[in-house]
Amino acid sequence: MTVYLPIAELSVNIFIILGMGAAVGFLSGMFGVGGGFLITPLLIFYNIPPVVAVATGANQVVASSVSGAITHFRRGTLDIKLGTVLLVGGLLGATAGIWVFSWLRSIGQLDLIIAILYVLLLGTVGTLMLNESVRALRRAARQEQVTLKRPGHHSWVHRLPFKMRFKKSKIYLSAIPVVALGFAIGVLTSVMGVGGGFIMVPAMIYLLRIPTNVVVGTSLFQIIFVTAYTTMVQAATNYSVDIVLATILMVAGVIGAQYGVRVGQKLRGEQLRALLALLVLAVALRLAVTLVVTPADLYSVSIGAF
Amino acid sequence: MLTGSVLRRFAFAAALTFIAALAFIVQPVAAQVPFGEATTAKEGLEIGTSTNEIAIASDFRGADLTIFGALTNADELLLAIGQYDVVVTLEGPLDYATVRKKSRVLGIWVNTESMTFEQVPASYSVAATRQIDDILSSEGGLPIGTDHMRLSPTGYVGNAGNLTEFREAYRRLKLAGGLYQHDFGGVRFVSSSLFRASLRLPANVPDGVHMVRAYLFKSGTLLAERELPLRVNKTGIEQQITDAAHNQPIAYGILCVMIALVTGWGASLMFRKK
Repeated sequence: MTVYLPIAELSVNIFIILGMGAAVGFLSGMFGVGGGFLITPLLIFYNIPPVVAVATGANQVVASSVSGAITHFRRGTLDIKLGTVLLVGGLLGATAGIWVFSWLRSIGQLDLIIAILYVLLLGTVGTLMLNESVRALRRAARQEQVTLKRPGHHSWVHRLPFKMRFKKSKIYLSAIPVVALGFAIGVLTSVMGVGGGFIMVPAMIYLLRIPTNVVVGTSLFQIIFVTAYTTMVQAATNYSVDIVLATILMVAGVIGAQYGVRVGQKLRGEQLRALLALLVLAVALRLAVTLVVTPADLYSVSIGAF
Repeated sequence: MLTGSVLRRFAFAAALTFIAALAFIVQPVAAQVPFGEATTAKEGLEIGTSTNEIAIASDFRGADLTIFGALTNADELLLAIGQYDVVVTLEGPLDYATVRKKSRVLGIWVNTESMTFEQVPASYSVAATRQIDDILSSEGGLPIGTDHMRLSPTGYVGNAGNLTEFREAYRRLKLAGGLYQHDFGGVRFVSSSLFRASLRLPANVPDGVHMVRAYLFKSGTLLAERELPLRVNKTGIEQQITDAAHNQPIAYGILCVMIALVTGWGASLMFRKK
């Protein structure tokens, strides 16, 4: 059964889109990630124009982050104040990102930059994660004690001015690195269509030393607002959010996520991380191949004078 | 006998003069046109389409548009030996189009060159009685057909070789994508002076005002040209969504976010109860 996507302007098989949404939802539930970094490249592989894939990906992340954020809010593992400071940076970053996005589109380099960013980001994160999880797996096999290294409680990050007290997180931290992190994630949201949790969570833990228990909830809080904002701005400036595509993906995604969570609870943390790392690397590799393989046609046509 | 005959002749001549004079008075304009002109009057062309508006529903997979036309004042003999040719085109809304070319930079394929053509039709179908190059042979420079249509670049163009290359790429890509099509033989004479042309509307035909144009050639010379507008309106839910996305982008964006919030929240509620 085919369905016509009005914004992407092409007909697709609804079952492929449903399957894609369910699979990414399942993985996002299993690994506790938003899934934007998987859905956007998958849509591009399925010939959805990258402009539409990125904007629709951001919209899909809103849905996949909501239920998680609600859960964390109920449990009290969400630092609203910290999240708001992150959000200020995030909204600024998303605005800057949209501007960059439109500019890249106008000079015809958007598809290339999206692919390069995905290769770099997924390649780096995937390698780091695989490295870390393999070491953890070896340690577990040798029955060693896990020792979390905490070198010097006061890094350069903690010497910055404009300190704020975040009661829920029980930390006293400069607003500068928080806003900067939010900004960077905001740019990624609008340029790549990702929530950015897979970068924000490690950065909050290792760089800002925010207690692990509030990290996920707080990052989800920021992600919901930044992705919602990005969806609106993409809709208003690039007209590139495909509501039909987004709805199919979201419905399949949230259902898939519920089953993913159940499977995830049965697997060990380091096993999960190793699997996720392999998946991330596979997507990066697939995108890298498209960058270097000689295209079937060197020419392309687009409507309008860009 | 003789006088009678002379008299009859005179009477005949007088009557003729009277009739001529009468005709002169009654139809002074017609009388100014010399006789004989009617038979060698310039050939003309009339066309009609079954509709001037096409509504495209959600399940549209492309369609054929039939155009009927008639030749007026055509020479029967020239018609019989096929000296008249008809070309019918359907031109989509005009817009700028940019062609980009990739080349390898540090091992990666990057768009390095581009050229923008001004006001080219988004879609273009052409049907003709025979190969358009054969029809146009003696008439150079007419922008009819995909090979001859005007593709003027905007801004600075480096060298002429580049221009040819980008024009060719544009035509090739548009033909490959189905938005440009030609059917040589798509115009057929159904009687001595009536013809029928069928033009293909591709599945991804852009909406807006399209132009049906018909050209009449005699031995390679353009004699007459007619045009009719054709509105292509996309209907159905898909078009309403596209319209909403472009006309009320803020409301559309809010709706997208709301759907996401409801979906995410709804799923967590549904699955908690189980």
